[in-house]
Amino acid sequence: MKDWPLWEVFIRSKNGLHHKHAGSLHAADAQMAIENARDVYTRRNEGNSIWVVKSTDIVASDPEDGDMLFEAAKSKIYRHPTFYQLPDEVNNM
Amino acid sequence: MNNNLYQYLLQLGDNALILGQRLCEWTGVAPELEIDLALSNIGLDLLGQANQWYEYAAELKGGDATPDTIAFLRDAHEYRNVQLVELPNGNFADTILRAVIFDTFNLLLHEALTQSSDQRIGAIAARAVKEIGYHARYCKNWTLRLGGGTEESHQKAQKALNDIWDYAFEALTPGPVDHWAKEAGIGPDLEQVKSKWEATLQQVFHQASLQIPKPGFVDRKAKSEGIHTEHLGYILAEMQFLQRAYPNLQW
Amino acid sequence: MQDIDVKSLETAFQDRIDQEIKIEPRDWMPEDYRKNLIRQISQHAHSEVVGMLPEKNWLTRAPTLKRKMALLAKIQDEGGHGLYLYSAAETLGVSREEMVRDLLSGKAKYASIFNYPALNWADMGVIGWLVDGAAIVNQVALQRTSYGPYSRAMIRICKEESFHQRQGYDICLQLARGSDEQKRMLQDAINRWWWPVLMMFGPHDSASAHSAQSMKWKIKRVSNDGLRQKFVDQTVPQLEFLKMTAPDPQLKWNEERGHYDFGEIDWDEFWNVVKGVGPCNKRRLAVRNKAHDDGAWVREAANAYAQKNN
Repeated sequence: MKDWPLWEVFIRSKNGLHHKHAGSLHAADAQMAIENARDVYTRRNEGNSIWVVKSTDIVASDPEDGDMLFEAAKSKIYRHPTFYQLPDEVNNM
Repeated sequence: MNNNLYQYLLQLGDNALILGQRLCEWTGVAPELEIDLALSNIGLDLLGQANQWYEYAAELKGGDATPDTIAFLRDAHEYRNVQLVELPNGNFADTILRAVIFDTFNLLLHEALTQSSDQRIGAIAARAVKEIGYHARYCKNWTLRLGGGTEESHQKAQKALNDIWDYAFEALTPGPVDHWAKEAGIGPDLEQVKSKWEATLQQVFHQASLQIPKPGFVDRKAKSEGIHTEHLGYILAEMQFLQRAYPNLQW
Repeated sequence: MQDIDVKSLETAFQDRIDQEIKIEPRDWMPEDYRKNLIRQISQHAHSEVVGMLPEKNWLTRAPTLKRKMALLAKIQDEGGHGLYLYSAAETLGVSREEMVRDLLSGKAKYASIFNYPALNWADMGVIGWLVDGAAIVNQVALQRTSYGPYSRAMIRICKEESFHQRQGYDICLQLARGSDEQKRMLQDAINRWWWPVLMMFGPHDSASAHSAQSMKWKIKRVSNDGLRQKFVDQTVPQLEFLKMTAPDPQLKWNEERGHYDFGEIDWDEFWNVVKGVGPCNKRRLAVRNKAHDDGAWVREAANAYAQKNN
């Protein structure tokens, strides 16, 4: 006997916000995954929209590539507003 | 007190309570953890609905009546639920088939009750109908999975349907209180509900490749005279134990 | 991999832990860290699931509609928490099926507390108040555990559990204000659960097989004895408010230490129950095994249906 496939659940707590990863669960099919997500992850009125995706369908970056992928962005300090000094007289930019 | 209205509220409340009580029995032992949580959610909805119907009934009754006195201090012959909801859970197919038959009826009933001439009933039904809509869909989806799953699940689902089909019609067979409710514009014409119910179930069972059995024995007195199966006595003995063993206490 | 590489990976790993950087599923981790986590998280998950059974025992006999609803919601949460924890363990490469198999065969452990019977209605109050209370003390500490998915599950669980202990204490309060018979029920339940609850924090730190390494890896954050003391300190005033007593003549406030002193746990009983010789071990496992076996055809049917309709 095999477990039902694992699904990742994303819940949007209210309109205007992103769907956010809530956790995972097992379900045999997509409809069941939605219903299980409703029963498992919205018992306390946590959401108004649910996404489910099979865990095996998620492609993730390799942690070993972390430096290569993400270090480069750390040095680009000129992308951040705090890099630029404004005279006190000029506000709200 | 309007005894017809009181009895009508008991029908609604008792169906919800007894089915809710049955679903409590699945807690901790469902076929999978996710199903355990789903059945608990349905149970919680039903217990909440029972509580609301009983609150209204208790107000009508007046005196010391509360939802708890109504739930815990009546004997079986005073209960107004249909026999279908008191049937034992059996295996998962028995529970799901019982649910799909009852929930399909219950959804149509509550849809109609949202238009009730009694505003309080309309308001309670408006809240309940959303919950019951989900129950009906959940159980329909499981009926399709069991009917169309494996040979074993198909057989179990068909057997469950055969075993309980005789109990399906009591809810749709109007008793004196249903006639009163229809005349008063409080509840629907059950004949109309029945034709929609049959159409919906025919579609579900067809999709699930299940054969609808021929109706056998239907206890026509059940609803009008409060006749129950032998199971209800045991359900109440368990449910009411503390209130009966230690009367008049706060818990 | 060369020994030298593993050595440097281990050093880097411990550095991250020491800096309170969470470890995430695909990060490199020592094999023992993974094994220890799987053991601890799955044990925790099993406890939640088996823990549904003592309370389920009174669910159908709850004395009012409100108590029945609150109890059902609470037991349901426990199932949910088991599910979150199985999910967290699954990120470490073990399947729920494998974990459940180990539970059902008796290979995996779960909290011994659930091998004690729930004998009267007051047990529902005392389980919520003391058992959940003890669990919360432990779980609050675990929110800061070093493994990301475990920590996130614990945060969610702690948030949801906040009503559980109150739900239990509320039952106790009602009984404490009730008839002599109700007070007797409450005292009886406290007498039976008190020591097993103190055992929930595990053996003394000096006798705990996994403690030292688990603390270093921050899988555990506070020692068994430290948590036990914290629990006793916060519980005694609640007990006194109920005008009930604990079955421990040595329980008293120690001004000098600023803590309550309490008697020694019966460690023979503790190890017996851990090893499976408790009052309900066989029954609890038999119920779980039956549920699992009875549910097999349902799980299979859903798989078959999904394959046909894909």
